[in-house]
Amino acid sequence: MTEDAPGTPSRPGSQWYDLEAGPLVRPYAVTGGRTQAGPPGTRFDLIALVALDRTAPETDEDDSLGPEHLTLVELCRAETLSVAELAAGTGLPVGVVRVLLGDLLERGRVIVRRPVPPAHLPDERILREVIEGLRAL
Amino acid sequence: MVSENSDATGGDQTALALKILVAGGFGVGKTTLVGAVSEIRPLRTEELLSEAGRPVDDTDGVGQKITTTVAMDFGRITIRSGLSLYLFGTPGQDRFWFLWDELSTGALGAVVLADTRRLEDCFPAVDYFEHRRIPFVVAVNCFPDARTYGAPDVSHALDLDPGTPVVLCDARDRDSGKEVLIRLVEYAGRVHTARLLESVS
Repeated sequence: MTEDAPGTPSRPGSQWYDLEAGPLVRPYAVTGGRTQAGPPGTRFDLIALVALDRTAPETDEDDSLGPEHLTLVELCRAETLSVAELAAGTGLPVGVVRVLLGDLLERGRVIVRRPVPPAHLPDERILREVIEGLRAL
Repeated sequence: MVSENSDATGGDQTALALKILVAGGFGVGKTTLVGAVSEIRPLRTEELLSEAGRPVDDTDGVGQKITTTVAMDFGRITIRSGLSLYLFGTPGQDRFWFLWDELSTGALGAVVLADTRRLEDCFPAVDYFEHRRIPFVVAVNCFPDARTYGAPDVSHALDLDPGTPVVLCDARDRDSGKEVLIRLVEYAGRVHTARLLESVS
């Protein structure tokens, strides 16, 4: 364990790939093999916030939705959650959650709020609020 | 798995989420920092290092750390209802860099955690954020058995752009972690204002 001199980061690394890639393949079965989320051009950021669309009629008989869709709906029912939290909450890879959320968005079941675009940092007032909030923690 | 105390009310249409990255070398304390300041247990995917993984992940001088973050772990701080801060620990190993671009998109800024015993481990992160012009602070995690260096020494050793803050911290300590985040948000605000002025002049 100590034979390594500092600064020799050349690591083969590839022997781990199969182990880690293995489980990544199967979860896409729940999306029917789809890897693209929802309407064209949709890309849910990790911190995009997902809320139930409470104006949507509650039709749980929509049998095109799978159990994983319904789990997502239940998670969002409790509170508005980020895509990352939904992935952690369902134990599904983020890529899969994105596809499922796309389905829910197309059916009008959820509202997705995208984060502030990169070029526009939130205004100074919000940053000050964040700083004060952190101090008060 | 269904999470935590949910004091925030759902369905807030004006909700705003901000993203901060926590980067740095393997075993430097990223998950520890995220956990120290987060209100929820950090949600994470970790892979236990096996014998096969150990030579790859050089743990010299990192004491008894036996797991490493291979995907991402994150925590949340609710500033108020409708305003949350998400902290994402970036994958500490080079082979997971493909996740960085996604993580850094739209980020408010980044914390680069450094260990003075292995300062070179944070070079890639410093480089990454400098090139993408993402505001960052360097937080030196003061391990008990490491020699202490002053912030200017670290700044010099990392060849940081003037103005990039260097903070000494204890990643296990909530107040210390809060201070790091406050310095980052202040700095990100300054950088942003300067860019705005630049763009109008």
